[in-house]
Amino acid sequence: MRRPSHIAFALTLAVAGGAAFAQAQSEKDAKYRVGDKYTGYTYADPTTQSMQDDDYVNPGFLWVQEGEKLWSAAEGAAGKSCADCHGKAQESMKAVGALYPKWQEKIGKLENVEQRINQCRADNMKAEPWKWESPALLAMTAYVQLQSRGQPVDVAVEGPVKPHLQNGERLFYMRHGQLDLSCANCHEDNDGKWMRGDHLGQAMANGFPTYRLKEQTLISLQFRLIGCVRDTRAEAYPYGSDEYLDLELYLAHRGKGLPVEAPSVRR
Amino acid sequence: MAEARVKLPDKVKKGEPFEIKTLVSHPMETGQRKGADGKIVPRMIINKFVARLNGEEVFSADLAPAISANPYLSFFTVANAGGKLEFEWIDDQGQKSAYTAELKVEG
Ligand code: HEC
Ligand code: HEC
Repeated sequence: MRRPSHIAFALTLAVAGGAAFAQAQSEKDAKYRVGDKYTGYTYADPTTQSMQDDDYVNPGFLWVQEGEKLWSAAEGAAGKSCADCHGKAQESMKAVGALYPKWQEKIGKLENVEQRINQCRADNMKAEPWKWESPALLAMTAYVQLQSRGQPVDVAVEGPVKPHLQNGERLFYMRHGQLDLSCANCHEDNDGKWMRGDHLGQAMANGFPTYRLKEQTLISLQFRLIGCVRDTRAEAYPYGSDEYLDLELYLAHRGKGLPVEAPSVRR
Repeated sequence: MAEARVKLPDKVKKGEPFEIKTLVSHPMETGQRKGADGKIVPRMIINKFVARLNGEEVFSADLAPAISANPYLSFFTVANAGGKLEFEWIDDQGQKSAYTAELKVEG
């Protein structure tokens, strides 16, 4: 359960450079593949996949259930709940999450789903924004994202968003940290290989928030990115930084067309 | 956050086994880990799970450390009559999570 030692990390990468892992291309996997894009589901152990397959086994649904309750709970000085303005989440939030991160004209800023939810709390409910990685924000994000399950990821990348996409791409190929590794070094060059107990995948972001078995909790995409940046022995960017936002956008664009599978289950 | 989640069939046949699936949110702290301060984090697990149908126990389990957080438990049982199914998870501090469902039996 511990984070592997990073020296061993680099070593294993070198040794594992043999035959690429043969994908078990089962029928079940098919909906998690679009062309040569594969979601993390296809790399997961069958037992982990089966946890994700059943909404009554997937612990992520404990957060979804909590999010559903929060949806109709009035909070803040305006005395409003999400449901007061948005009605049924199944209708108003359908496929919304598949379009995020999204440019917000009003504030001239790119926002991810967590930030959009918190913007509603601040502006429309006059309530305190939820903290990053707080149980409530994870729960609401899971609930909102669930309404996009199966919908193809489709972020807009033109206009004011374009420089963000370019920056996200730059960061993806930029080497980070003492180990001098880029995201692509692990997730493209070594896609399909084993890094110790980890089966390296393509860094698709369509499954977040994810129930991470190692953490025994639901995690946000930014939590995962912080972990991946730290694995290069770099100082991680803080939550909500422009770097992660742009990376989120680039990851979504790279995974365009893959179905949203939140809340996914990963090792 | 204390959520409990239960799945049972919409209706079951009298005397025929059926499956119940349960999930509950809990940290299930083993009592074997050290915190950042080097001290043992005290054990805090759900140690007992009970399911009752109309007040009568139909299943129970004693849980031990080394069971994951947010534990999933499933079991099979039979019923001759429908009624109120109650589920209870009790932890080391005596805190309870509970869930109630209506069981429909036909035939
Ligand atoms: C040292 C290797 C390494 C580097 C460098 C690295 N990652 Fe990862 N990453 C992993 C491992 C291992 C996993 C878990 C297995 C998997 O899904 O690939 C992972 C998982 C992920 C996931 C989750 C995939 C899923 O299906 O849930 C995303 C997203 C991700 N990484 C993004 C990034 C980004 C963006 C960067 C660059 C900032 C990066 N990673 C750098 C090793 C790395
Ligand atoms: C007072 C009314 C009001 C309340 C309360 C409210 N919202 Fe909103 N919300 C809005 C408006 C107005 C928009 C902008 C609609 C648009 O852009 O078309 C919006 C937009 C959104 C969006 C983006 C939709 C999209 O298509 O991109 C999300 C997600 C969202 N709200 C979630 C929430 C959540 C979660 C809550 C509760 C925590 C909440 N909202 C509470 C009024 C509200």
